[in-house]
Amino acid sequence: MKMPHRPCQRAAVSLLGLLAALLPALANADYSWNFPTPVTPIARNTLHIHNEFMIIITVLFVTVFAIMIYSMIKHRKSLGHQPAKFTGPTGTVQWLWALVPFAILIFIDYILVGIPAYHAVVQMEDTKTKADMVLKVTGMQWKWQYEYPDSGIKFISTLATSRDQIANKETKGPHYLLDVDNPVVLPVGKKVRILITSTDVIHTWWVPQFGVKRDAIPGFLRETWVNIETPGTYRGQCAELCGKDHGFMPVVVHAVPEAEYLAWVDKKKNEMAAAAAGSDKTWSKDELVAAGKEVYEKQCAVCHQPNGQGMPPAFPALAGSKIVNGPLLSPEGKLIKDSHVDRVLNGKEGTAMQTFKNTLSDTELAAVITFERNSFGNTKGDLIQPALIKALR
Amino acid sequence: MSNASSLDQHAADQHGYGASHPSGILRWLTTTNHKEIGSMYLIFALIMFFVGGAMILAVRAELFQPGLQLMQPEFFNQLIGVHALVMIFAALMPAATGFANWQIPLMIGAPDMALPRINNWGFWLLPPAATLLTLPFILALFGIGDGAVATGWTLYAPLSVQGGMGVDFAIFAIHILGISSILGSINIIVTIFNLRAPGMTMMKLPLFCWGWLITAFLLIATIPVLAGAVTMLLTDRHFGTNFFNAAGGGDPILFQHLFWFFGHPEVYILLLPVWGLMPHVISTFSRKAVYGYKAQVYAFIAIGVLGVIVWAHHFLTAGLPVPALLYFMYSTMAISLPLAVLFFCWIATMWRGAMSFETPMLFALGFIVLFGMAGLTGLVLADVAADAQYHHSYFVVAHFHYALFAGGIMGVMTGVYFWLPKWTGHMVDEKLGKLHFWLTVISFNLTFMPQFFLGLAGMPRRIPDYALQFAEFNAISTVGAFILGFSQLIFAYVVWKCIRGGEKASDKVWEGTEGLEWDLPSPPPLHSWEIQPVIK
Ligand SMILES: [Cu+2]
Repeated sequence: MKMPHRPCQRAAVSLLGLLAALLPALANADYSWNFPTPVTPIARNTLHIHNEFMIIITVLFVTVFAIMIYSMIKHRKSLGHQPAKFTGPTGTVQWLWALVPFAILIFIDYILVGIPAYHAVVQMEDTKTKADMVLKVTGMQWKWQYEYPDSGIKFISTLATSRDQIANKETKGPHYLLDVDNPVVLPVGKKVRILITSTDVIHTWWVPQFGVKRDAIPGFLRETWVNIETPGTYRGQCAELCGKDHGFMPVVVHAVPEAEYLAWVDKKKNEMAAAAAGSDKTWSKDELVAAGKEVYEKQCAVCHQPNGQGMPPAFPALAGSKIVNGPLLSPEGKLIKDSHVDRVLNGKEGTAMQTFKNTLSDTELAAVITFERNSFGNTKGDLIQPALIKALR
Repeated sequence: MSNASSLDQHAADQHGYGASHPSGILRWLTTTNHKEIGSMYLIFALIMFFVGGAMILAVRAELFQPGLQLMQPEFFNQLIGVHALVMIFAALMPAATGFANWQIPLMIGAPDMALPRINNWGFWLLPPAATLLTLPFILALFGIGDGAVATGWTLYAPLSVQGGMGVDFAIFAIHILGISSILGSINIIVTIFNLRAPGMTMMKLPLFCWGWLITAFLLIATIPVLAGAVTMLLTDRHFGTNFFNAAGGGDPILFQHLFWFFGHPEVYILLLPVWGLMPHVISTFSRKAVYGYKAQVYAFIAIGVLGVIVWAHHFLTAGLPVPALLYFMYSTMAISLPLAVLFFCWIATMWRGAMSFETPMLFALGFIVLFGMAGLTGLVLADVAADAQYHHSYFVVAHFHYALFAGGIMGVMTGVYFWLPKWTGHMVDEKLGKLHFWLTVISFNLTFMPQFFLGLAGMPRRIPDYALQFAEFNAISTVGAFILGFSQLIFAYVVWKCIRGGEKASDKVWEGTEGLEWDLPSPPPLHSWEIQPVIK
C-alpha cells in the first residue's frame, strides 16, 4: 500500500524505529508459547487436549480462509471476473458442498473434541475416590490459609516479595511476586483431595502446572485434586479479582518425597506446640510489642499501612483511632462490642476487615493488639496477655 | 431530486417544522427525528469509545513493565472495570442503536421510527448514565468516596458488596442504561413489525434489520435479569438482605448465574447487528446477491435461542456438578453450528463474485478473519478441562477482544465506512480509510496475539503487576495497544472530514448495492419515505 501523506510516512518511520529499538531486547527473551510443563495427570491430559484442539482449530482456520483468500485473488473486478448469480445451493453437488462442512463440524464438536473432553471432565471431578490425604485451602484477602486435617497443621501463606521490589526501589528477585513465606508442602505420588473455601470474597486457587483452578467461595466448600508426579516447587496465583491486592497473593507448593514430607509434618507439629505453650505464659510489654510488630507487618500493613495511617475511607487509620484507643472490657469483664479486641477477633462484616480469630494464635492476636495500642502515636499503655484472648474467644 | 425536496417541504409544513422549529441545543434535546437521534447515538458512542480507550491505555502503560509505576492497584481495578462498562454499554451498544435509528426506517421504507418520543428519551438517558459511571473518579479527586467501581465489569458479589460507593453509582448507571436499551428495543421491534413497506414480508426484510430484531428480543429478555441482579446487590449492600451472603442463607454463585444469564446473550446483542450488516457489505463489494438469506435468518434465531441457555460456561471453575458441566460444555459447542452457517454464507457470497476492496470491504474481510479466531478459540474455551487453564487468564482476555474489538468495533467501523456517504452525501477519504484499516488490523494483532500466550503461560487477568516471565509479551502488547489507540484518531478525523465535505456521493453510492435506502438521495432529506414505497 502506498503511504498517502508525508506526515504519515514520517510517523510510520518513527514507529518502525521504536520497534527496532525494542527488538533486540524482545528477541533475546525466552518466550513461552504453551502451558508450562505438566506435573499431574490432570495437567498432562489438559495439555494433550489443548494441543489437539489447537491443531484442529488451526486446520479449520487455514482451510476456511484459504478458500476465502483464493476467492479474493481470483474473483476480483479488476481481473474482469463476471459475478455469478447463485444465491443458495442448487442441485446435489452444491447441496453436498453446503452440508459436508457441517457434518465435519458436528463430527469435530461432538466426537473429536467432545469425547476426550467428556473423559477429561470426569477425571477432573473425580475428587472423592482413593484420596490419600486432604488439604484444606482457605482464601482470604490477600493470603491463603492451608490446613492439614489429618495432622492438625494450620498456617497462613503470604507474599514474600518486598514492597520495595514492587515499587521498583529494589532489584526484582527471580521469583518476583511468586514467592511466599510459608509454602504448602505436599508429598509426591499421593492423591491429595483439596477442599477450597474463602472467608471474605471469591478467590481462585490456581497452579498452572497442576492443571487445577478452582474458585474459593465464602460459605461453601469446593473441591479438586492433585497427584503430583515430580518433586519440585510449583507456583501459581489467585485468579479471581478479589480486591486491592488480588495480584499479590501467590500460591507456592513444595512437592517432596514422602519421607521428607513426614519429617516436615513432625517439624510443623512441634512448632505449633511451642506456639500454643506461649499463650499460657505471661509476656512482658516489650516482648509483645516486638512480636506484634512482626504480625502487623504481615497481616495488617497491607491495608492499614506500615505507619498506621490506613487508606481512608476503605481502610481506616489506626493512628489516633477511637477503637484502638478505646476500652476493651466492660466492668463485668465482658468483651465490649466493636471494641479493639472484638474488631480484630471477629472482623467487620461487609468490609475487608476479616475475622482473625481463626487464622492467628492467641499469642499473635495479643501481640498485634498490644502493638497497635502502643504505636503510631497511640499511647494507650495497656498490654493484652495471650491468656486473656484465650478466655475471650 | 426536485421531487424529493418538494416532498420535504410538504413534510416540514405538516410537522409544524417551519418557523417554530427549535434551533441550537434545544433542537437536539427535543428532536424526534430518527436521523438526528441516530447521529447523536453515533457521536456519543465515538466520544465514549475514546474515553474507554484512554482508560485502557493507562492500564496498558502500567503493564508495560513489571512493578507498579503509574498507579496503585485500587485505581487499576477501577480502570479495568469502567473500561469494560464504558466500551460495552456506552460505546458498542449506542453505536449499534445509532445504526438502527438511521438505517431501519430507510431500509424498510418507513418515515421514521414507530415511537419517536421514546426514541428521544432513550438517547437522552445515556449521557446521565455515562456521567454516573465516571463521576466517582472525579469525586475521588475532591476527596469524596474512594473512586469508581473496582470489581471489574462483572460486579461479582461479595466483592461488590464490600466495595465503596462507586458500586452504587455503577448500579444506578446500569439501571438507566438498561431502561434506555429496553426502550430502544421496543421501538425497533414495533417499527419492524408495523412500518414495513407494503410487500416487504418478513422473509424480504433486510438482514441488518433481522439481526437487530433478534438483538432487541434478547435485550428485552435479559436486561431485566441484570437489573434484578444489581438491585439485589443494592439491597444486600444497604438494606440487610442476604441474597449473595452465605452466612445469611444466600449464595455468591447466584449472582454469577443471574449476571451471565444477561452477560452471555449480551455478547450476541453486541454482535448480531454486525452480523446483520456484514452480508450487505460483502454482497455490495462482490457485486453479487447475498448467499443463503434464509439460512442466515434461521442462524440468527438459533444463536438467539442458544445464547440464553449457555451462560454458565463463564464460570466453569466455580465448582458446578458434573452433569451441569457437561450440559454447558455441549450446548456451548452447539453455537459453533449456526455461526458456521454465517461464515459459510459470507464466503459463499464472495465466491465467484466481482470483488473490489474499498475501505468498508477491507474492514468486513478483516472482521471475518479476526472474528473467526474469536469463534475458534471460543470453541476450545467451552471444553471444561482446558477451560480450567484458560479461564481467568489472559487467554480469555485475548479471546473476547477478538470477539468484541475485531468483531464488535471493527464491525461497527465497517458500517460507518459503508453508510457514511449515504448519511453525509460525501464519499469517505479512501486513502486515510485504508491507512486506518491497516494500522488497526496490525496493531490489534500486536496487542492481543501475545495475550493468548500470556494466558497459556499462566498470567491471570486483572492484575496490576506480574511475574518476570510475563514481561516481554506484556511490553509488546502495550506497544501494540498504543498504536491501536492512536490509530483511531484517524478514524475520528475521517468521519469529521466526511461530514464537512468531500467528493459528492451518488444516490447509490456503491456500484453493487441493493436495497431501498439506496433509492433515496445522498444525504436523504430530514423526512424520508413520507410516501411508502411498494416492494414487488
Ligand atoms: Cu484472591
